[in-house]
Amino acid sequence: MNIAKRNFDAVIVGAGGAGMRAAVGLAESGLKTAVISKVFPTRSHTVAAQGGVSASLGNSEPDDWRWHMYDTVKGSDWLGDQDAIEFMCKQAPEVVIELEHYGMPFDRTDDGKIYQRPFGGHISNFGEGKPVRRACAAADRTGHAMLHALYQRNVRANTQFFVEWLALDLLRAADGRVLGVIAMELESGELTLFQAKATLFATGGAGRIYHSSTNAFINTGDGLGMAARAGIPLEDMEFWQFHPTGVAGAGVLITEGVRGEGGILRNASGERFMERYAPNAKDLASRDVVSRAMVTEINEGRGCGPNRDHVLLDITHLDPNIIMTRLPGIREISIQFAGTDPIKAPIPVVPTCHYQMGGIPTNYNAEVVVHGEAVPGFYAAGECACASVHGANRLGTNSLLDLLVFGKSASQSMIEYIRRLPAAQPEIPQAEIDRTLARLARLDGQKEGADVHETRLAMQRTMQNHAGVFRFKEMLAQGVGKILAIAEDVAQIQIRDKSKVWNTARMEALELENLIEVAKATMVSANARTESRGAHVRDDAPDTPEHPDGRDDASWLKHTLWYRDGNRLEYKPVTLKPLSVDSVPLKKRAY
Amino acid sequence: MANRTISFKIYRYDPDRDAKPYMQELSIELDPTDRKLLDALVKLKAQDDSLAFRRSCREGVCGSDAMNINGKNGLACLTDIDSLAQPVVLRPLPGLPVIRDLIVDMTQFFKQYHSIKPYVVNNTPAPEKERLQSPEQREELNGLYECILCACCSTSCPSFWWNPDKFVGPAGLLAAYRFIADTRDEITNERLDNLEDPYRLFRCHTIMNCVDVCPKHLNPTKAIGKIKELMLSRAV
Repeated sequence: MNIAKRNFDAVIVGAGGAGMRAAVGLAESGLKTAVISKVFPTRSHTVAAQGGVSASLGNSEPDDWRWHMYDTVKGSDWLGDQDAIEFMCKQAPEVVIELEHYGMPFDRTDDGKIYQRPFGGHISNFGEGKPVRRACAAADRTGHAMLHALYQRNVRANTQFFVEWLALDLLRAADGRVLGVIAMELESGELTLFQAKATLFATGGAGRIYHSSTNAFINTGDGLGMAARAGIPLEDMEFWQFHPTGVAGAGVLITEGVRGEGGILRNASGERFMERYAPNAKDLASRDVVSRAMVTEINEGRGCGPNRDHVLLDITHLDPNIIMTRLPGIREISIQFAGTDPIKAPIPVVPTCHYQMGGIPTNYNAEVVVHGEAVPGFYAAGECACASVHGANRLGTNSLLDLLVFGKSASQSMIEYIRRLPAAQPEIPQAEIDRTLARLARLDGQKEGADVHETRLAMQRTMQNHAGVFRFKEMLAQGVGKILAIAEDVAQIQIRDKSKVWNTARMEALELENLIEVAKATMVSANARTESRGAHVRDDAPDTPEHPDGRDDASWLKHTLWYRDGNRLEYKPVTLKPLSVDSVPLKKRAY
Repeated sequence: MANRTISFKIYRYDPDRDAKPYMQELSIELDPTDRKLLDALVKLKAQDDSLAFRRSCREGVCGSDAMNINGKNGLACLTDIDSLAQPVVLRPLPGLPVIRDLIVDMTQFFKQYHSIKPYVVNNTPAPEKERLQSPEQREELNGLYECILCACCSTSCPSFWWNPDKFVGPAGLLAAYRFIADTRDEITNERLDNLEDPYRLFRCHTIMNCVDVCPKHLNPTKAIGKIKELMLSRAV
């Protein structure tokens, strides 16, 4: 089979916030850059982010990047790498200002500066002070405004996009360096080799491994699947954030910014129950803390509705003008998906899978790191990467910041690397290409195999039941067996549609092959980590005087690395030493 | 909501297999929790994996699943299935070439969007901090920046159907005004020059289909009116 080949300096897979921020840097530097995206760039899932992007601009009251760093380390339950966290928080004001200069339509304060609102876990004075307004916002459409501003900047920079192309596999030389990707044009079904001196994965998360998710249909962990198949481990995949406020039943996100603007969570008796769980931060405690409190309320019979299966997010006490100006999108979502106008009645909400803290292991230069060494030519940024700035639990608004900081950092690292490289590049080994061709041939030739829709549903239900907000020793152990059995079904999934043209059946099958790698990594990593930390809380690691909140730093202050080959785990230490300031010392988390 | 069966007539065309397009009659039983047209399409696809349509966020912010629903353009994810007369007739967005089933080729639509220079141009050296903008100045962008580029408006506009290569269309013109209205942008005159043409702007005959179909409740006709006003005021 003759496959077309194209050569670039840099190839970026994914056109969400991280990919497009990196593309701006690369395209403006004059390097020949391709951005491959399975959807038109502004349809990437960054578009759905609502509440804000964090930066210690101090536009409303004093703030400091060191306070932001403290909050992020604490939020991560000390699993975040403090060098990367320092890097991110220190850079935040600069990248947010750059975005404003690109044309981002931030809301404004009365004196014309970027508007900032309170958010969960954003506190002044190293966690000791009052909540601080750090979330820079464009109404409740910050992600949409940001993604469009970044796309627009790329239009200006003449970035070359390959829109509606699905990357299939990473291509590596015999010595391990990365040579690019093989991708399929959806419109024609044709394959192309994208050879590049440097390859960036900015493919987003894989929240669709769960049955109930705020994530878009496209969040299928394509970069993680490709990396895992190419022998790259996946880091800290047991840590998934369940956002406290997904619309009950529909799963659609309701931003934490609603609570930032004064929204209150209430149980069946109307009680503001967060006062019992987090006396200081209350409704603005960290997301893992709020989600667990909600599930506890529901499990103990204080849930709302005929099935007592959700709680209520109440903003009826807010000035309707505030709702119309600061939260217009939320009002629309609530009317559309909950059938409720939040000006008049509270919104039914439940914790919903939202964000993947783990991912492809990187350092703060966005280089992919395996066994302490950068994989030459390979970079990752955004939700698909694990730098690790979010550790065991991400703070709200740090995701959009992650995209900007590490998208930019990736572009800078890639520019340096590309300029150092000799012109001649190794040929792509035929065996690498054959691996993908065999996968496609198997899919097209498969008869009497498993159904894609049914198999995906089985995976999603298993993840939901066995690795949810609260985790149980027995359920995790059973979950591993179930997911491995489902993975065997995935290996022989079948499609009926064999058309060359815009074949969405083939696309969904290939996406499922990526999702299942993420599901395996999650279940196996979660089963092995026998402590509770951040978003990973299990019944056999309860709160004890010896291990407050079930966290066991002596045994588990380390990152998990899952390898697809042999389905095995390794561990690596957490970086506790920041770049320039003192380490944030270990402490029990309280909000 | 109880279980109910919904009947459809859906435009089908796979150039790899079909000599010409046809309307296919289908029906599907929905669960009580299925609320939106997209929920039904996902179920139909589980039944027949060859049905092709775009979708992503399922909450009306990514702009993927625009289609012609019972004769009117809209997003499948924001359309209440129970509000639709049956059989629900689904066609691709009108006026653009069909690639397959409900998937259209949007090249021409994006070409027009790109033609208005959709980015803030400010050649004054950037300050160290943000460029200041008062809340009132920022408010001018409301109703403009929220566009999701779904193309419901442009593909419901007869002027765009006749001249998709020459008329910018409502989405592109809404974007054009979004940058004109931005106090940080410095090239208003160039932007007006770019549109001062019998086709690019003036093919808008205020039919207002765009306003009628916009799933984000935006008003391209109003934005077009403001551009025309600016042109008039600079002419006198």
